[in-house]
Amino acid sequence: MSDHETTETAGAEEPREAFPAEVTARLEPDAKEIISRYPRPRSALLPLLHLVQSEEGYVSKAGMRFCADQLDLTLAEVNAVATFYTMYRRRPGGDYQVGVCTNTLCAVMGGDEIFQSLKEHLGVGNNETTEDGKVTLEHVECNAACDFAPVVMVNWEFFDNQTPQSARELVDGLRLGEDVAPTRGPASLCTWKQASRVLAGFEDGRAGEGVQAAAPSLAGLRLARERGWTAPDPANLPPKPSEQGEEDAK
Amino acid sequence: MTALTPILSENWDRPDSFTLEGYRDGGGYGALRTALGMEPDAIVDLVKKSGLRGRGGAGFPTGMKWGFLPPDNPNPRYLVVNADESEPGTCKDIPLMLANPHALVEGVVIASYAIKSHQAFIYVRGEVLHVIRRLRRAVAEAYEAGLLGKDILGSGYDLDLVVHAGAGAYICGEETALLDSLEGYRGQPRLKPPFPAVAGLYASPTVVNNVESIASVPSIVANGAEWFTSMGTEKSAGFGFFSLSGHVANPGQYEAPLGITLRELLDMAGGIRPGHQLKFWTPGGSSTPIFTEEHLDTPLDFESVGAAGSMLGTRALQIFDETTCVVRAVGRWIAFYAHESCGKCTPCREGNFWMVQVLERLERGEGTEADLDKLLDICDNLLGRSFCALGDGATSPVTSSIKYFRQEYIDHVERGGCPFDHARATLWGDQTTTTGGQQ
Repeated sequence: MSDHETTETAGAEEPREAFPAEVTARLEPDAKEIISRYPRPRSALLPLLHLVQSEEGYVSKAGMRFCADQLDLTLAEVNAVATFYTMYRRRPGGDYQVGVCTNTLCAVMGGDEIFQSLKEHLGVGNNETTEDGKVTLEHVECNAACDFAPVVMVNWEFFDNQTPQSARELVDGLRLGEDVAPTRGPASLCTWKQASRVLAGFEDGRAGEGVQAAAPSLAGLRLARERGWTAPDPANLPPKPSEQGEEDAK
Repeated sequence: MTALTPILSENWDRPDSFTLEGYRDGGGYGALRTALGMEPDAIVDLVKKSGLRGRGGAGFPTGMKWGFLPPDNPNPRYLVVNADESEPGTCKDIPLMLANPHALVEGVVIASYAIKSHQAFIYVRGEVLHVIRRLRRAVAEAYEAGLLGKDILGSGYDLDLVVHAGAGAYICGEETALLDSLEGYRGQPRLKPPFPAVAGLYASPTVVNNVESIASVPSIVANGAEWFTSMGTEKSAGFGFFSLSGHVANPGQYEAPLGITLRELLDMAGGIRPGHQLKFWTPGGSSTPIFTEEHLDTPLDFESVGAAGSMLGTRALQIFDETTCVVRAVGRWIAFYAHESCGKCTPCREGNFWMVQVLERLERGEGTEADLDKLLDICDNLLGRSFCALGDGATSPVTSSIKYFRQEYIDHVERGGCPFDHARATLWGDQTTTTGGQQ
């Protein structure tokens, strides 16, 4: 949560203090719409940070200034929030954020080997971007897909049951500009900026794409179908376990 | 033999299960019509009678939580759904919302009506883009069909529902941190009391419930409290998802009555992966003390798991076989808690930081036996000494693993290194290189 990084990369050109007028004018209606969803404006801060990230690919000082102006907050107040949450990049990154789960279960199931393999294959370390600007590699914490371990997330879409080989092929495809489809997600990946816009609350019309559920999600249901197991019939409830026990005892 | 009870997962094998049509085909939104014909308090009573307990880990009775809202507070009331599923091992709400978001939306409308709220939120973790798309689409469909918004189904009841994406912070699964986050602040837990029922979102009366809890409400309204209590045990009524992951033949979601055992579930899941034996497991995520083979027949309900020294938690059954190094597993969990500690409370912030150092040293074989006492001492200074349960949870894997596997820690010390070959634990660990080397 608290990686002590500076907002801008040292040695880069002087950071902009504010968005150009054109960008501000374009984002302002979006910001107004986001703010209107909430009873109190400040609740819009997280989506607004996703919005400015969709503009620049990361949360810059100019982006934070935009949020502060929209919500009548100080830059320090916005900065305090932006630096707390791990999904906001604090410096530019690749079009594709590749996150390998290395929490215990995925790590044991091979996440460590996948992460190591990708570091070597891409020639980058944790939180670093390939020279072509395509892929930023990082290790992530549990992403709630443990029954699909080991898991790799790209722009927060699921790539389930990965191996070092499949993960290398995945990043190769991303760097070559091929259409890459998540295991459970839309028919193809969107970019990091597009993903950030969805997170800010703007539809991209792709909710209907992809599977409703994959095999592990259906494991119990399939077994129940095979064995004829169903939930109790409310019109014909079985005797309570305690009553059952008494009957058995008789 | 306990049988599975697919209820929330009943329609998941329909390719259109996530659409309004796919949900309505199976009777979806029928319970909402029933509910809107009832007095709100009667729904609260029904949920109390059902014995539904929070499915997010703590197991607090849902109906009782609803009943805590002060009747005379003039502020607006809010329902906030905790969809920030991030506890390591927990993977039930995400597939539920991906495959069946309307079950949650219907539950939100019924629950909001019951607690007399006109504004609800679903706070969903940000790292699940497609789940967010599906939720938003379900909400949009519900608005269009008159199931949300003004005068729902002609009842005169109004409700707005906002899907709010978080931005990456495990701590926001803690309900008061979630509320701070939803208000646009850093997600840090609040001192309780006041509880959210009295001063929650915007200091107004607020109910925070887990996804699975709320999604279970329509089935209770449709089928009755007796139907619900016909499943599960006396004090742990009903059904829930049991999420099996790790070294099992068929990992996945198994929707079953509470009180089912791991032995039964493993039998359904094809057992431990071929050629291996169970070593340790978590009953409800990484914050619940680990169990071993001796707990295979412990009924997985709140009371029995508690009596056996752990917690039912989120029924996140992470299964590890004999190829797994427990020191490595625990070390990685603690690295997680150290990373996710919000920093507010010193025992959690510092304790986890230091435990990572000690555990890594032990795993490398550079520790001493005294390090075990050091770990237990840190746990002693952590447990019960922070605002929220994150700090408490972090002690669970440490103390329980030392209890059951003390010798394995000492083996690391005596050997001067880890006795395990981690490659054997991987998903492909049993594949021979003659198959072409999947790595």
